[in-house]
Amino acid sequence: MTTTLEAPTQGLGGAVVKLLSRNLRQSGILMAFVVVFLVFSVLKAEFLSPTNLTNIILQYSYVLILAIGMLMVIVAAQIDLAVGSTLGLTGAIATTLIVKAGAPWWAAVLAAVGVGLLCGAWQGFWVAVVGMPGFIVSLGGMLLFRGLTYRVLNNISLTIPSTPGSEGPPYVSIANGFLNGLLGGYGYDVFTIVIFGLAAVFYVVTQLRARAGQLKYRQEVSPLPVFIVKLVVICAIIMWFGVQISQDRGLPYILIILAALIMIYTMVTQRTSFGRHVYAVGGNMLAAQLTGVKVKWINFWVFVNMGFMAGVAGVVYSARMSSAQPSAGNGFELDAIAACFIGGASTLGGIGRVTGAMIGGLIMAVLNNGMELMGIEESYRQMVKGLVLLVAVAFDLVIKRRAESK
Amino acid sequence: MSDLILQMRSITKTFPGVKALENVNLDVERGEIHAICGENGAGKSTLMKVLSGVHPHGTYSGEIILDGQPATFSSISDSEAKGIVIIHQELALIPHLSIAENIFLRNERKNSLGLIDWNRTNSEAQELMERVGLHENPTTLISQIGVGKQQLVEIAKAVYKDVRLLILDEPTSALNDTDSEHLLGLIRQFKQQGITCIMISHKLSEIAEIADTTTVIRDGKTIESLDMADPASTQDRIIRSMVGRDLEHRYPERVGVAIGEEAFRVEDWTVNHPTQAGRVIVDHAGFNVRAGEVVGIAGLMGAGRTELAMSLFGKSYGRFQGGRMWLGGQEVRLNSVSEAIDAGLAYVTEDRKRYGLNLIEDVRVNICSAGLKQLTKVGWINANEELRVAEEYRDSMRIKTPSVLYPVGKLSGGNQQKVVVAKWLYTDPRVLIMDEPTRGIDVGAKYEIYTLINQMVADGKAVVVISSELPELLGVCDRIYTLSFGRITGNVPRAEATQENLMELMTQEKEEVR
Repeated sequence: MTTTLEAPTQGLGGAVVKLLSRNLRQSGILMAFVVVFLVFSVLKAEFLSPTNLTNIILQYSYVLILAIGMLMVIVAAQIDLAVGSTLGLTGAIATTLIVKAGAPWWAAVLAAVGVGLLCGAWQGFWVAVVGMPGFIVSLGGMLLFRGLTYRVLNNISLTIPSTPGSEGPPYVSIANGFLNGLLGGYGYDVFTIVIFGLAAVFYVVTQLRARAGQLKYRQEVSPLPVFIVKLVVICAIIMWFGVQISQDRGLPYILIILAALIMIYTMVTQRTSFGRHVYAVGGNMLAAQLTGVKVKWINFWVFVNMGFMAGVAGVVYSARMSSAQPSAGNGFELDAIAACFIGGASTLGGIGRVTGAMIGGLIMAVLNNGMELMGIEESYRQMVKGLVLLVAVAFDLVIKRRAESK
Repeated sequence: MSDLILQMRSITKTFPGVKALENVNLDVERGEIHAICGENGAGKSTLMKVLSGVHPHGTYSGEIILDGQPATFSSISDSEAKGIVIIHQELALIPHLSIAENIFLRNERKNSLGLIDWNRTNSEAQELMERVGLHENPTTLISQIGVGKQQLVEIAKAVYKDVRLLILDEPTSALNDTDSEHLLGLIRQFKQQGITCIMISHKLSEIAEIADTTTVIRDGKTIESLDMADPASTQDRIIRSMVGRDLEHRYPERVGVAIGEEAFRVEDWTVNHPTQAGRVIVDHAGFNVRAGEVVGIAGLMGAGRTELAMSLFGKSYGRFQGGRMWLGGQEVRLNSVSEAIDAGLAYVTEDRKRYGLNLIEDVRVNICSAGLKQLTKVGWINANEELRVAEEYRDSMRIKTPSVLYPVGKLSGGNQQKVVVAKWLYTDPRVLIMDEPTRGIDVGAKYEIYTLINQMVADGKAVVVISSELPELLGVCDRIYTLSFGRITGNVPRAEATQENLMELMTQEKEEVR
């Protein structure tokens, strides 16, 4: 009896090791995230509280949004240093429209996103048509858009006045509002839990479909027990998180926006020919060219997309702050870039995933939040983040070297 | 007894899976000009790398005897210390530094404070430049002078290092006639100064003009050394010993393939170098190929083979000067690679790592990359269909890989080549141009590639094979064009083609064509 039980367990263990080592890059970073998360949970009980978990999402969502766009830029073997300034400019324009022109929230959002697209197209033009490296183009863009932000705001910050009553202005609630009480609940918002339940179901269904497809075409898949354990663990995490969130203010709008963006961009990068071409250009530009990929257009659209995401992040950030400051977004480009590299993107281009960048961004967010809760000074927080970036990329290099020497 | 400066004794050098040199012997007399000839890949450059310490002592077997003493070099600086300087085909100069800075790189002229003494640098450079007949200002940047003058800078560098044995790897292949003439004159002048010179060259007329001795290398072995003073040492004789191997049964039989309508025709195709204005790379080239036919293009390195092919493939090389092209009887103008693919043209590159594959991606992604349109609906890829296609090619072409999700960079050369071919077959081309389709792959994989070519023509496709290996062309082609210095110099049906007559056409120079 014991032997029959032991044998599959060993096989299972082997399969888990295989699953992890097959994508050591991604799983290494995932494990790092889990470790950081657990360490803070132990050190500070508040860390796991519903309010704090909700705050992490509200506070760091704009970096995650930037990181999604940045991932595609980095996979295309480019870099965009102007996203912080673009975020500042788009937020300033939206805020100005609302405060000075009394524009409705949706007009402000459209204007911000439109300006973001224009900024992206401007940079895309210099990179794709003139053929300059993105580093230089975006260094110029960083100064140019920051200067424009100062102009728009006349060098002073602009606050959106709060409206009477409990509800804030609609623009502000984009980043501070919640869906709550739609289905009632007693301390637990039922609607939030239902949404998370649906997310878990969606995850299970897509995983099952992918597995069925792989089996149909004789691809190697992880053994069924491992697959089931993986599904159960991930669903458990989703539901635990949902229950925690539901005990606070409900489902943040921003979480819905973020989840939608992550899903869309995971699909775009993995399942569209555009996404495929971005990887091709970053992986081997010459080969991509001789395969018929329009390298210039890909570079152009990658920058346009980055501008779009910076516009979205500009809305989210200014709404979160319910104001626009001339210096808003200073240094955010570095957070976004760090998130991508921690998340396993290659500095040479051609490698990287949206999910990786999200985990990379969350590691930074959790580190920041956890250290804040523990009352660690900003100076030390900066140092820790810097070291984490170094260690993560060094780890990545070691893995790569080991893979090559095999 | 003759005074030998250098003896190389039974040199054998193996790379993983390939024996590049096998018991090669080379005797060089002091003060002579010694030419080394052989087909591409015969092992000439490897031999010179062994001699100059690029392949250090211990990585090869056999011995090098210099001035009667055994020599063991573990790096280039060792061989340079003994007066051996090698000048490679790709010049190793730094474009944004001046001539003088390049000459003294690593040997900077310094003053007593350890700072660079620019007056000394430039005046000493000027002296060296005069010795090689380079009339330029020493402060001119390398990027502002032509290839011919750059070569002279390399030679000036060698002179500075007190060269006794100068090795030149195809020194004139990138030069125009005047520059070549000057360089050859300089080599003769060196000979009078007692400098020995080994020169690798494809230009037989040049060899006949200048060399005292010619050694022929073939398939990693020395075939013979010819004394050029002997009237029997003609260019024909050299050609015969360069190619003189038998065609073994290394080529699969192709039977019953009907040759059909003309599939592809090119006329007056002329292309200039992308940056050097006025340098003609492909000169009014024209050829045609029919459905079910394999046509070869034979040419030596630098003849413009790849440049012709890439230019035809959506103007991917150089500056297009003129020419017309017909696909399936219809004239087409292809200005981009995607237009070429849509028109039914495919180009399998000679350099699969640089131009053919995304090495960090998996087999599936690479196979489907050129024909991705067939897998997408409004931009969305059908992932299951993509897997099916990849598996299909993996089976039909016997690509040895643990999985189609395995990175292409980790496969062997032969399997990588199959992935490149699969990638282009999936675009369902009417005409396939295959550039050196068997470069760097082993004999077994070569046979499989030839079999694939047979299948393609049996399916009614037209195939153009570009190769510098004549036996390969004779083995797989129905008809062979020869390309020399950018011009088509011959169109020989297989029945009439021999390695000798092809080699003669391939080395034909401009004057003789006219």
